Amino acid sequence: MWQALYEELRERHFVVIAVALDKSAEDARPWIEKAAPTYPALIDTQHVVADLYNVVNVPTALWIDERGRIVRPNDVVFGSDTFKHITNLESARPLAALRAWVRGDTAGFAPAEARALQTLPTALDQQARAEFGLAEWLARHGRRDAAEPHFVSAGELAPHDFTIRRGSMPIRGLDPMGPPFREMLQTWVGGGRPYYRPLPDTRG
Amino acid sequence: MFTVIEQGRASEVQARVDGGRVLLSADALRAALGWELHEGTLCNDTMCVPLPAGSRLGEGGVFDLGEVAAALDRPLALDVDARAAFVGTSAGERAQALGSLLAPDFTLPDLAGRPHTLSSHRGKKILLVAWASW
Repeated sequence: MWQALYEELRERHFVVIAVALDKSAEDARPWIEKAAPTYPALIDTQHVVADLYNVVNVPTALWIDERGRIVRPNDVVFGSDTFKHITNLESARPLAALRAWVRGDTAGFAPAEARALQTLPTALDQQARAEFGLAEWLARHGRRDAAEPHFVSAGELAPHDFTIRRGSMPIRGLDPMGPPFREMLQTWVGGGRPYYRPLPDTRG
Repeated sequence: MFTVIEQGRASEVQARVDGGRVLLSADALRAALGWELHEGTLCNDTMCVPLPAGSRLGEGGVFDLGEVAAALDRPLALDVDARAAFVGTSAGERAQALGSLLAPDFTLPDLAGRPHTLSSHRGKKILLVAWASW
């Protein structure tokens, strides 16, 4: 779904880099092959990008300028309105903002603003990521029973981190679209907590 | 043997498990994490971290992995039964990197296994998207 945008804007020195937080390349393959991207579509089984950028749910995106500076911190974003009926988030405004930035009509956030909008990980978040890292390694080496308590512990340490809680479900043999996820979502949202946290759109 | 995972690298090292503690020799510590003790200071190739006063880390050539992680302010996930540990990155280090606004670099494979590095796209505007099939 990012391919059309990439083709539209690539002449303006723009690239999309898509990172799949999936348990294997095979999980992501059908989606990537269908999208047939000519931009890099990468596989991140160990959640390296989630750790580096404090990504706690998908889909999120962030903007990086020509000098390698973050000018919009990671933020929930949809490339289409496929899930709008569920998420109540529309794609048009963020995409318009992105186009304006790539064309040079608007700047990204100023450094102070970008810093203020960047959520930083806590010590518990990083402990959760370490537990996830250990669990993912154990599971990848055929030791799913040993992995399980570390997946659980990671989710308890960072209950807002759905790259851990939902993202670990396929590794644990749980259906990430099924009852375990729906129950988790209901408990979370029922407690008045948002599943998606869009940035305040101060540059819409 | 005991597996220590750090920065995507898993090292098999000799270790002694004593209750809930994992004890490494100086050689095993260097092999697993790249740190060495010099006169009360832990050093790797790029930096040194002084130990707190009165620390007994490394006494008798024995390094408690939990104490090493604490001294380095790194999160540690440990499973003595599975004989594996994961040493993560501290919140402080992440906050410093993100606060600098310089996009942290990474290299990841595509479907064909070909590695791609973020910083090789310097000079372009980048939309970095995180998604998943789940």
